[in-house]
Amino acid sequence: MTGPSMSGGDIALDVRNLRTRFGPQHGGVIAVDGVSLTLRRGRTTALVGESGSGKSVTALSIMGLIEPPGRVIDGTVLLDGRDLRTASDREMEAIRGARIGMVFQDPLTSLNPALTIGSQIAETILAHEPVSAAAAHARAVTLLEHVGVADAAARAQDYPHHFSGGMRQRVLIAAAIACRPGIIIADEPTTALDVTVQAKILRLLHDLQQEMHASLLLITHDLGVVASMADDVLVMYAGRVLEHADVDTLFHAPKHPYTRALLGCIAGIEDDRTAPLQPIEGLPPDLRNPPPGCRFAPRCVHAVAACTAAVPALQTIADGHSVACFRAMEALGDD
Amino acid sequence: MSAAQIAPPRPFRQRHWRLAAFGRDWAAVAAALLLLTIGGMAVLAPLIGAYDPYEANNLLRFAPPGAPGHSLGTDQQGRDMLARLVWGGRVSLLVGVVPTVLASIIGLGLGILAGYARGIVDQIIMRVLDVLFAFPMVLLAIAVAGVLTPGVGTEIVSITIVLIPYVGRLARTATLSVVTMPYIEAARAAGGSPLAILLRYVLPNVLSPIVVYATTLMGLMIVVGSGLSFLGLGVQPPVADWGAMVADGRVVLRRAPHVTVLPGVVILAVSLAFNFLGDGLRDALDPRTGRR
Repeated sequence: MTGPSMSGGDIALDVRNLRTRFGPQHGGVIAVDGVSLTLRRGRTTALVGESGSGKSVTALSIMGLIEPPGRVIDGTVLLDGRDLRTASDREMEAIRGARIGMVFQDPLTSLNPALTIGSQIAETILAHEPVSAAAAHARAVTLLEHVGVADAAARAQDYPHHFSGGMRQRVLIAAAIACRPGIIIADEPTTALDVTVQAKILRLLHDLQQEMHASLLLITHDLGVVASMADDVLVMYAGRVLEHADVDTLFHAPKHPYTRALLGCIAGIEDDRTAPLQPIEGLPPDLRNPPPGCRFAPRCVHAVAACTAAVPALQTIADGHSVACFRAMEALGDD
Repeated sequence: MSAAQIAPPRPFRQRHWRLAAFGRDWAAVAAALLLLTIGGMAVLAPLIGAYDPYEANNLLRFAPPGAPGHSLGTDQQGRDMLARLVWGGRVSLLVGVVPTVLASIIGLGLGILAGYARGIVDQIIMRVLDVLFAFPMVLLAIAVAGVLTPGVGTEIVSITIVLIPYVGRLARTATLSVVTMPYIEAARAAGGSPLAILLRYVLPNVLSPIVVYATTLMGLMIVVGSGLSFLGLGVQPPVADWGAMVADGRVVLRRAPHVTVLPGVVILAVSLAFNFLGDGLRDALDPRTGRR
């Protein structure tokens, strides 16, 4: 580490070639297979993909929270030039919550039912900072106000079951930002919420990220969320990144057939209602026995012999736009 | 925003929701009052009552309840039943409560450790508990008590050992279901150390089933303790706990049923009271049953 000049001062987290396996060396599942991503300060990076594509596992691998029989088997996770994969348990405890905050998918079960809301947020502060319990609690109340919980001083005394889903997610966000981390990882933060609440939570996350000039890694399967929140987008499929682009490019000039197929699956309000949605035929591959070559090839309408013969590498085709497809540069018609 | 800063003082019911939840359960309140009364009488036994529980009076054997001077009658040696019940309670309650509390603490520690650490630690702890578990409860208590000198201390030790696997298993099962909850992962993602997670996230969520279970065990342990006394492995005559009184009275059951029935009723009432107390505590310990 020779200073920020090395790789640009705005890089908050640099993940290179991350690989995570569950189960034994032979016959195990490579849930994350060579994922690289860069989080920049003040920017939102979205990780998009279907269920089981390895989005959450990527997040947990970054946090060092993969439980045996799972294991991160390769790659680097650089935070300020420090590889988190070589960090000790103690160091990781100091980093989790303080440097990287995480918001989970299910606000109903992500809060301890036996502790009051205030003490749970205070718990995170006390784990990282040498402050008194009273000071931590006072800060918890301020944080609750900050995330839009009305009557925060009184509500801090309440238990999680007194809160609605949206309010609990606000509480989880308050806990995640309690120590002002430079990086926030939000794993499907709105999936379990009502549509009306989703927008509010996303707005809150966006405002906090801007205000703290933090990097937000937003994991979602919802392309609508991506369009409204993200600066950069990575599309994941079966453990691999298939396409990486800024949000405009991805929505207006997607190159990978999978990205294009995903976009074909969503209905726009202006769409011709007589034109049917285009589902992607087939199912994601069984990772215990992945198909050879490109993992999307068996479902891809543009697949050729080369696609099953070798794995297409993620290639940069324009500034900030990379695609893992042999036919990315061809003008492919949609079906 | 600034108006929200000033929180009005919350009503008593909200601040002390545990007490409020317990108070709503009239059976639990009644049970608690009964246990407090009986326990208080047992503790204060030397200060109350006009009779020595061990003093025989051959002129007044088998006096029925309501006899002058002996409100609950006398037994086959003319000893005052009320005095014997009060003094017997000292032993019975001690044997019911102390081993259960000890076994709960030890069993809880072992069970949480096994469920949280898993792997080899889990294997060792649980296999040892399984061996203890394989013996019938009373038989194991007899075996342990048999190798020690009879007495109250022996009773307490043997019942404690018997109970540890029961509490340990429950604690481990509860821990296993708690550690897979997303809030444990969330706590880890927030940088909680294993010890902090164990104490602040696992323990509070495992505690309430254990407390409820332990309360119901207390009634049962009074019965087990009585059994040990009956076999001569617990307290020795003339000291008697309630179980020993039942045992003594059985030979004169037809002539003076009250000698057997009275301690029997007390055992039943206390056991039931502990069960009702356990139900009430469950409501009081679970935040979800508090206010809405």
